[in-house]
Amino acid sequence: MIPTALWVSIRAALCATAIVSVTGIALGCLLAKGRFRGRGIVEALCSLPVGLPPTVVGYYLLTQLGGPGPVRDVSIALLGHPLVFTFTGIVIAQTVESFPYCLRATRAAVAGVDPRLEQAARAIGLPEWRVLLQATLPLARRGIVAGVAMAFGRALGDYGATVAIAGGPGTGTMPIVLYNATFDGSADLARNLALIQVAVALSILVGVSRLGNAKEW
Amino acid sequence: MTEDPVTPSQEGSGSRMGARAASAIGRSRTVRFALIAAALVAGPLLGILLITKIGPAILWLESPDSGPFWLSLRVALIATALAGTAGLGAGYLLAKKRFPGRDLLEAIGSVPIILPPTVLGYYLLQLLGDGNFAGRALTRLIGRPIVFTVTGCVVAASIAAFPFCMRAARAAIEGVDPRLEQAARAMGLPAWRVALQVTVPLARRGIAAGVTLGGMRALGEYGATLMVGGNIPGSTRTMSLAVADARSTSETHTLVLILVCMALAALAVISRLGRSRRTA
Amino acid sequence: MSAAVEVDVAHRLGEFELAVAFTVQSGIAVRFGPSGSGKSMTLALIAGLLRPDSGTIAIGGRVVVDRSRGIDVSTQQRRIGMVFQDGLLLPHRTVLDNVALAVRQLSKRRERRAVARDWLERVGAAELADRRPGSLSGGQRQRVALARGLAGEPALLLLDEPLSALDLGVRRELRALIRDVIAATGVPSLLVTHDAEEAQELGDVVIEYAYGTIAGTHSVEHPPPRPPEAEVEVEAETESETEAAPTPPAHEADA
Repeated sequence: MIPTALWVSIRAALCATAIVSVTGIALGCLLAKGRFRGRGIVEALCSLPVGLPPTVVGYYLLTQLGGPGPVRDVSIALLGHPLVFTFTGIVIAQTVESFPYCLRATRAAVAGVDPRLEQAARAIGLPEWRVLLQATLPLARRGIVAGVAMAFGRALGDYGATVAIAGGPGTGTMPIVLYNATFDGSADLARNLALIQVAVALSILVGVSRLGNAKEW
Repeated sequence: MTEDPVTPSQEGSGSRMGARAASAIGRSRTVRFALIAAALVAGPLLGILLITKIGPAILWLESPDSGPFWLSLRVALIATALAGTAGLGAGYLLAKKRFPGRDLLEAIGSVPIILPPTVLGYYLLQLLGDGNFAGRALTRLIGRPIVFTVTGCVVAASIAAFPFCMRAARAAIEGVDPRLEQAARAMGLPAWRVALQVTVPLARRGIAAGVTLGGMRALGEYGATLMVGGNIPGSTRTMSLAVADARSTSETHTLVLILVCMALAALAVISRLGRSRRTA
Repeated sequence: MSAAVEVDVAHRLGEFELAVAFTVQSGIAVRFGPSGSGKSMTLALIAGLLRPDSGTIAIGGRVVVDRSRGIDVSTQQRRIGMVFQDGLLLPHRTVLDNVALAVRQLSKRRERRAVARDWLERVGAAELADRRPGSLSGGQRQRVALARGLAGEPALLLLDEPLSALDLGVRRELRALIRDVIAATGVPSLLVTHDAEEAQELGDVVIEYAYGTIAGTHSVEHPPPRPPEAEVEVEAETESETEAAPTPPAHEADA
């Protein structure tokens, strides 16, 4: 039981983190560097899952993915079944829940890079994309890595949104199995699952806090 | 030269002056508090209005359907007060003191952000339930049970809110210009007055942003509240529990809208607090 | 031959207003004045880190800014080299990589690194090639920054208080180095300083700044006659020009 739940959890969280890293870092850079209308609105919308109860996220995912509508039609046309109660469904739920953590960390880290270092890179003739790749991102890398780690931890730890979508085979993540184990009397299983998850969460956070406290130079 | 010439500022100076004057008006304290208060009150009300209009909204607020709303509000307010106070203390400690195990303390304090709420619920049941000695002792001490009561909901919500209050307070306090604190110390203020009258007031925006976010997390706590509170209708069934339970009924729809509006209002407040910190 | 740099700009930042006009032909021209007089701002305008409210700037005869015609060449395209007060080397790259990044005229990595190594040797920092900027002393850092500024074969080298963060002894040593290296390469240079001694020793021409304007200008005779003779025409915006032309009689600018 534990190996299965662990495997489902890690696989789903890794998939979600992969999606979140690419989109979160890109959008984080855009929000930190770009000056465009509606930037504040984009930022607020992207942060919404942090302020929203996970069950509300779950509610929307359930009605969007499972209820009648274009998303459901497309997924049935492509996959033959709707996305609710599938592994893909829980990856989507975890992606939504963890996205803001990567985005906000990237935005803060990129905005925190000493602008004079970027100007120095420009002054020696580096084009803008190389300034980004060779000055800005490497200088912000600690914050970005911390954000990705937080997103992974958040995906791994999500319950409220995941449980709304979960149900089919291969969707029993550790938090869900722990809930069931607590109330159906599997005391040993519950104890071990809880311990594993505490250990994982603590190691991620110790790592993140190391990244945050170390001085750049 | 007081202003660094290398800061990229490509606006014309005229518009800069105009913007500065405008933001000075926007920064007046009363206006700011009025805005924040208005946003907090208007958000949820607007949500109710959108679906039910005023008359039905009042009826709804008085009907048993709104039970989860009032319960959530009560639980979240108490939890935010507790978590805000504790988070400010812990954040101050992390920002100002160097001690062994500081990283570990920060990690443990932050754990509810990524720890599955069911793990939290599991341990709270172990600790507070009457299945073991600690739980029985606590129950006797308080004089009433914690598990499956509103108190249980408050405990779960406080823990969910705490890390956000702590982390924001820490960052805000670290961001306070140390020279201002040194100046206060040089004037002879004792350490606790420097903390209360210089450090915390200067960090207030960041602290307020963290408490606002913490409040939203308290409002949205689900897994642990489910396990410790028991999801008893009319007693410990908060909004986020009700949303998860009765899907796609009109009752859920109302609650979801209220929650979305509150979240949007909270994020608007947070982004305002964050934006003006740079100019303040 | 066209002038190394021609500037005629006005810029306002908050309360501070800068209005300067000058031309530098070749050699090292020093901008000298108290802090707050707008020297660094002038460099930032020439480098394109700031955009002037109005006016024109030309580097090596090429107009890079002309507000009335809407011309504003990006910093990268201005073919400048720049040395900052605190070096501003990229902390995650080795010294050699930092210099190699600036070698824009070559595309092959190996060639760029060879050129970079050559420049490090010329500034006496060859043995630092594999170190990280964080482990360098202030003097070493500025040597590397000088190499990086010159490695891109710039049409104009800008030095913003390059020695101000250093101890006196190191400062003397680097002063000589800057003079010799720039003389050897013949790159026209603009140097900003608030140190009078430094201005006298390094400058072929010293342009004195008062609050937001040019107070005066004079050229400097250096003991050993130096090959490229500097010529400067300065149009100062103020009448205070005369009071600030103390030392040797020079080809004084006519306003």
